[in-house]
This record gives sequence, structure tokens and C-alpha cells, in this order.
Amino acid sequence: MGRYFTTLRVFWIASLTAELEYKANFLIELVATAGNLVGSLFVLSLFYGRGQSLGGWSWEAALVVLGVYTLLEGITSTLLQPNLSTIVAHVRTGSLDFVLLKPIDSQFWLSARTFSPWGLPGIVLGAALIGFAAWKAGAIPAPLTLLAAALMLIASLMILYSLWFVLAASSIWFVKIWNATEVLRSVLVAGRFPVSAFPTGLRAFFTFVVPVAFLTTVPAEAILGQASGPWLLAGGAVAMASVAVSRWFWQFALRFYTSASS
Amino acid sequence: MAIVRAQGLGKTYRVADKQPGLAGTLRHFVSRRERTIQAVRDVSFSIEPGEFVGFLGANGAGKTTTLKMLTGLIHPTSGTVEVAGSVPHRRQADFLGRITLVMGQKQQLIWDLPPLDSLRVNAAVYGIEPAESRRRIAELAEMLELGDELRRPVRKLSLGQRMKAELLAALLHRPAVLFLDEPTLGLDVNAQARVRSFLADYNRRFGATVLLTSHYMADITALCPRVLLIHEGRLFYDGSLETLTQRLAPCREVRLELHQPMGAEAFASYGEVEAIEGREVRLLIPRERLTEQVGRLLADLAVVDLSVSDPPIEDIIGRLFHQGALA
Repeated sequence: MGRYFTTLRVFWIASLTAELEYKANFLIELVATAGNLVGSLFVLSLFYGRGQSLGGWSWEAALVVLGVYTLLEGITSTLLQPNLSTIVAHVRTGSLDFVLLKPIDSQFWLSARTFSPWGLPGIVLGAALIGFAAWKAGAIPAPLTLLAAALMLIASLMILYSLWFVLAASSIWFVKIWNATEVLRSVLVAGRFPVSAFPTGLRAFFTFVVPVAFLTTVPAEAILGQASGPWLLAGGAVAMASVAVSRWFWQFALRFYTSASS
Repeated sequence: MAIVRAQGLGKTYRVADKQPGLAGTLRHFVSRRERTIQAVRDVSFSIEPGEFVGFLGANGAGKTTTLKMLTGLIHPTSGTVEVAGSVPHRRQADFLGRITLVMGQKQQLIWDLPPLDSLRVNAAVYGIEPAESRRRIAELAEMLELGDELRRPVRKLSLGQRMKAELLAALLHRPAVLFLDEPTLGLDVNAQARVRSFLADYNRRFGATVLLTSHYMADITALCPRVLLIHEGRLFYDGSLETLTQRLAPCREVRLELHQPMGAEAFASYGEVEAIEGREVRLLIPRERLTEQVGRLLADLAVVDLSVSDPPIEDIIGRLFHQGALA
């Protein structure tokens, strides 16, 4: 286990060093994230323009959802996107061989190899928006609420990671899976709004098929101290199950890779 | 006790049987037809620790497939493999720490960073202590004649420097068995020679076992006392390079420079005439009659100069693969 932590540290230092070769990216990413956020705020403000509410959520509560979404986007750009998109390249160029020949868990290598600092603006802006909106909404930062919020945020990350990893891993069969991960990313845009804002059919889809509800709405409820026990449990269960599925799926996919040539 | 052992190794692939063009693709989409290709069949050999073995074969002969089975990247369809006491495709950490695979056309170094950063990553992955890793890097860098290059981003290195750095990265964990797939691919003659002398040096110094494939016959002749020749998936030859040459080229080439031009019929009794260009003649003479015939040539004809050589091994093996016939 200790070796994995050492490796992780070396991985991230190496990738930070590599990314800092391109310093202008930071400014571009900051501007892009801020622009995105302003755009989302504007769309959201249209719904609330005449004192209406969105799926029973107040303006401030909806802002918490947007904050969670921005935070997730930031983490995505920092960890998920840079790592998981290279799986496709590894399969296509055959450099996956090098990963498989290392005496370390290949899923760990593929998921944690790179760390890109360009998502940090999103993480900071998202966290700030969550804090501000939760305060405006009158949420009380009780220890239990904070714990539930942290757990649900972690669960949400685990779900997002697993979904993405499974899609990327299917490149072992389809090789050009790049578009599919882009589709996933656009579906996740739905997470900018509380899931109850969508019509019933879509709501079911975003809860049971692509669990967008667990990505932003459930963590936001936990932050606002409105989470119900069953939803928290469901969130945790979905998270555990999806990570387990991703691990199983990877082993399954490797069986096909290792019985073919490249 | 052999360190690499393959017994009746075989690998079949199922590939899509598809006609070219859009129509073919559509037809394939509707009714998928597959056929099986036998890439490797019934290959058996064993390699003792410390041996340096060349692995020859035309493109598509089954070399890479065999290497992938030996390193555990693919499962064999039939037969058994054992490398360094383990079954490769189980990919146990202990086994992976004892082997390495270098592929001339693929790279593991991080493109934007100096090789040293990639080496740090490898040291962590293989669990090598920082002090020990520094010592090994210094030793290997000296053997490879690498210095400042390790501190320059990989993208700014020449192909030769990059390959040497790749070798360093692949050998940092001091593997006992090296699988080298075209490690000199695309390198210029000087860089090839340096990589070659490094490999010989490494093999001697650490007693490592090496299995090398290369399209450059010079690599094989310089490094490999023993060669395995694979043809259409089957092991065709296993033995010394010298015996292979004799077996494949039973004749030697004799070049003559004559005092004055002569017709082809004048040489019929000495050997097979390969070419006649003015006063220069090239003859092929069977090995066992070489001394006798050269003696006769010198006695009978007005010879200005005479030399004897083996036809280049590239030619022999190239011709062999080209004809596709191995008797």
C-alpha cells in the first residue's frame, strides 16, 4: 500500500512538472471556467426571474447544485479527463503493453497517472459558490451535515469516475471511443440543475440510468442538510457498486485485450 | 535449469473476413464472417540463463506474437510457457519485476519531460529506493554514454538518444530476462553499434538472458551465438548462426579478377557462374570443394586477384523468406 502512495506522489509531481511547461493554459482555463459559470448563472437566473422556483428548489439551493457541478467539472479536468482519455490512446498505439508490464495495478496506473492543475480554478470557484449559496440558503454547518455532505461528494466522484472509466475501457473493443466519452460529458451537463427540475421521464433516466441525480442533486441536498437517510444510503450503495463494476469490467476487458494482438 | 521454456506453444486469432470498400463493409456489418489465423503453431524451445538468443523471421512470421506470449501480454491458445519460474500471463508482480520488454516502435518515456522524471516514476513503480535508483541510473548512463541528455525533455532528443534512454528506463529494475523487439529500428549505423555494444556489455555484466529480434542482421551476427528462426508460425531452426548459414548457403562466393576477359564456358568445371563483367567473374563453389577448386583456378588461369566470401546473411535469409520455401 505504501508503494502506491509513493507512486502516486511521483506520478503527480511528474505530471505537474510536465503541465507547467505550458503555463498559459492556467489563464485560459481560469477564463473558460469563469465564463462557463457566468453562462450557467445567467440561464439559472432566467428561471427565477419572476419569482418562480425550479422543481421546488429556491434560487440559493439551486446555486448549491450549480456549485457542486462546477466543483465536479474542476475535478474532472484535474483527474478524470487527463487520465481516462489517455486509455483510448494507450489502446490505439499499443502503449498499454507498457502499463500491463508494470508490477502495479493497471487500473490504478491508468486512473491516477496524471494530475492536471488546469481544473483547479473550477474546484476553487465551485467550492466558493457552494459555501456562499449554502450560507445564503441558511444551511447550518452542523458536524453531521458536513460529514454527510463530504461522503456524498465522494460518492458522487466515485460514480462519475466509474461511469467514465467503463466507457473508456470499452475502447479495448471499439478503439475509437472518444466520442462516447464526449457524449457522457454532455449528458452530465444536466447536473447543473436540480434533478427535480426535469420532467418525470427524464428524472427517472437521470436517477436510474445515468445517475446524474447522485452526482449533484443528492450532494447538494446533503450540504443543505435536507438529505434523507434512504437517499444517503442509496448514494453510498450506488457509489460502491459502480466502483466494483468498474474493477470487474476492467478485468473482463483485459481478458479480451490479452487474447488479441495489436 | 532453463529460464525460458516454451512447450508446444500455439496461438490462433479470429479475424474478421471483410471485403474491401463500402459494400464489403456493409455486407460484413450484416453477416459477420470470421476466420481463424494460426499465428504460432507448436513452437518449443528453452533458453538457459545468460544466453543471448536472436529471434529471426519475416514480418508476420509470428515473432511478436511469441514475444507477447513470453511476456504475458497475450494468452497462448495451446501449449505452455514458463519464464523466470512463472507463468507469464498470470502477470504476477514478482514475475513482472524480473522481465522487461523493449519495443523499438513504442515508447514509455514521458514526451514532455526529461528522461530522469520517467525514471523516477519507474523507480517508484518497481519499489526501488531513491539512493539505489540513483546508483543504477549512474551506472547504466555510463554504460550507455548518456549524460546531459537525461535532463533534456524527451521530445528534444534524437532518435538514438531516445532509444538509449528507453533502454535505461526498461532496465532500471535490473530484469533477469530481456525481450527486445527491434531495439535498433531506424537508428543510424553509429547509434546501432553503440546500442549493440551496450547490450553485449549488459549481458556480460549482469548475466542477463536476452531474446532479441532485429531486422538488421548485423545486430544478430554481432550479438547472438544462437538463433531461433520462425517461419509461418513454426520454429524452423534452433542453433548456431554459423550452422544456419552453412545450411542455407552451402556455397561460398569466389571473386576473380582475370588478366583478360574470358567466356562463361571456361568456368563451368569450377563452379556455378554468378556473373561476368569484363575481367571480373563471380563464381559459387560448394564449401566442401572450395580449397580444391580455388587451387585449380589459380593454377589454370591468369588470375590477378581472388577473394572468397560468404554471401551476406541478409541476402540468404531475405531470399529464403522471399521464396517462402524452407526445405
